[in-house]
Amino acid sequence: MPLTKTYLDYAATTPVDPRVVEAMLPYFNQTFGNPSSVHAFGQSAEAARERARETIAQALNCQPKEIIFTSCGSESDNLALRGAALARREKTSANWILTTHLEHHAVSHTAAQLEKYYGFQVEWLKTDRYGIIHPETVENAICKNTALVSLMWANNEIGSLNSIAEIGAICRTQGVPFHSDAVQGAAHLPTDVQSLNVDLLSIGAHKFYGPKGIGALYLRQGTPLIPAQTGGSQEFGYRAGTENIPYMVGMAEAFRLAQTEHAARTTHLQPLRDHLIGTILEEIPEARLTGHPTERLPNHASFAFKDADANTLLMMLDLEGFACSSGSACKTGDPRPSEVLTALGMSADWALGGLRVTLGKDTTPEEINAFLAVLPGLVERVRKINQR
Amino acid sequence: MPRVVIAMSGGVDSSVASALLKEQGYEVIGMMLRLWSEPGSEAYNRCCTPDDMALARRIAAQLDIPFYAVDAKESFRETVVDYFISGYTQGITPNPCLICNRRIRWEFLLERALALGADYLATGHYARLRTADGGRRTAESGQRATGGGQIELLRGLDPHKDQSYVLHVLTQAKLAHAMFPLGDYTKPQVREMARKFDLPVAERADSQDLCFLGQGDYRDFLLRNAPEVANPGPIVTREGQQLGEHQGLAFYTIGQRKGLGIAAPQPLYVIQKDGENNALVVGTQAELGETELTTGPVNWIAGQAPPNPVKLGVKIRYKAREVSGVVTPREDGSVHIKFEEKLRDITPGQAAVFFDGEVCLGGGIIEVGRSE
Repeated sequence: MPLTKTYLDYAATTPVDPRVVEAMLPYFNQTFGNPSSVHAFGQSAEAARERARETIAQALNCQPKEIIFTSCGSESDNLALRGAALARREKTSANWILTTHLEHHAVSHTAAQLEKYYGFQVEWLKTDRYGIIHPETVENAICKNTALVSLMWANNEIGSLNSIAEIGAICRTQGVPFHSDAVQGAAHLPTDVQSLNVDLLSIGAHKFYGPKGIGALYLRQGTPLIPAQTGGSQEFGYRAGTENIPYMVGMAEAFRLAQTEHAARTTHLQPLRDHLIGTILEEIPEARLTGHPTERLPNHASFAFKDADANTLLMMLDLEGFACSSGSACKTGDPRPSEVLTALGMSADWALGGLRVTLGKDTTPEEINAFLAVLPGLVERVRKINQR
Repeated sequence: MPRVVIAMSGGVDSSVASALLKEQGYEVIGMMLRLWSEPGSEAYNRCCTPDDMALARRIAAQLDIPFYAVDAKESFRETVVDYFISGYTQGITPNPCLICNRRIRWEFLLERALALGADYLATGHYARLRTADGGRRTAESGQRATGGGQIELLRGLDPHKDQSYVLHVLTQAKLAHAMFPLGDYTKPQVREMARKFDLPVAERADSQDLCFLGQGDYRDFLLRNAPEVANPGPIVTREGQQLGEHQGLAFYTIGQRKGLGIAAPQPLYVIQKDGENNALVVGTQAELGETELTTGPVNWIAGQAPPNPVKLGVKIRYKAREVSGVVTPREDGSVHIKFEEKLRDITPGQAAVFFDGEVCLGGGIIEVGRSE
């Protein structure tokens, strides 16, 4: 097996930036108090939490009290959907949720559960062949019975970007709360909740070189929300539980870095991404780029290879020292065609062959070239396997 | 060092086999098949539940080898489960483990192992390999069979665990990539090694056949998945006298005495399942048993049938005692076997597997049993 391992799965997760680790360390055993405590230990922990909240608020261009820390991006999505849909229905009896099948499961499965157990109705909106939802689709579907619209900013599997600001403007005209899963998007794009016209926005730290186990929900002031986790009054009563101060500090530092450095990172990533896409489409027969060619995350390349079993391809790549994924970080070997690729209208002979290659800020051209040197041969090899 | 894919299951045998290969210095990769379970009873599958998968992953992590789950659900259902069901609907008693070994382990999985650049696929079966020049090809030597030498399949050394019966379906091309690290050991030794390697599986029970049945026995499974097998018909004697009604041929086995629901002056046994007439043929103990059988196409591990009739040891079921019989190859690739004694349980659908001493020569599915 190769001695060097090249990580090309940054959409699944990222390593924690050393600057972030350093920022976190004092909060494990020096400033370790419980922010709810009266004493000095508690007070300094509380101060650290509020500094973290302020840092994130500043980066998002909102007020600190509009930031709710959660345990991850998925929890943030869950809280947004359940909390906002229930609160809105209580006020207006609006009963419809608008979303798509291309959402992360944290959104789509939550919507499906709201339908199955909570009496909501979900309208699954159609996207175009790039997985992009057109604002007019939302405009045509939205009405006073819409409790919530939830549409992701950047798609995790195919990297396409939705026009969040335009969709948000439509929702605002109708007075319908708008949630966006920005777990992928906010890791790479300048994220200003005012210009994005969102009422709720979810982020997760480990996608932008922060620790796993911490996320946040932006909740525009005045947007009704019912807490999903009840108990103490932490996080303004929206999310009970003793706070994880070192992770909050780490997330804040990581997000600050992501937002201030995003231009430099993009300048590094985008040409690498385009070299990768161009070479693969040129050198591998029956290969397609999935998602939009330009309206996509700067670090994200995703493909479908006809008649190629993605799971086997991933194993081959792993043994050659390259870590990629087929769409999302799932290692169960599930052979079902990708839901996302199927929703884009791809037939099973294409939808089984999804490959996602996502680059990181420290990915080098040499790594990409080494990857490009082995991939065509492996795709050829995997196509030779009898699928039955 | 050669690259070896080990088929892991989370059980004692494949875990110890993995550890042995790793200890011998191979570049080892663990793969585990996800097989089909009846919808709703996945947790009861007898060999690849989520618990088994978690355990296999843990073993792989402990041994520091890569581990991949490979989904073979569709293939398994289409080949093994459909074969099992259609066999019963046709009145035979199919052995799904044989087709699983041929089509799933040693075809579906082998193809994927080779695609990963592996030289060998290893399993935790109790069997051994030997090259025809007399050189043993064990896991220790790790040598690929060279110079076009034939590879022989030998019984595992543990007579209680020998699994060469289910491996008789392998060909030279497959054996060239096969490895059975446990063939030289007995089960107690393997459990001892599991403790020595500190594997958290040493005390796990042996896995069972018919992994996909989940809860209940095969009859319940058939009723759920192929209700047409509940097809009543006559119970008759050899002479054609009707004695009663059976509930469907699938629910009876050759040699069965209990549960026939007929009153007779002496005990009656199932002696034949006549699929053509949907009749269950019964007879006295004296009528039970056959001295001959014919098979379907035979896999000869050497690649070809012997030119003349040959006296060999024969097993007519996995757990059957080996008996002596004269095996006569026929032009269509099948064989006829004449036994020295009457056998009570020659069962169409099971395999007749031939042995010359410790060497497994091949076998074929039994089509009919007959007496002179």
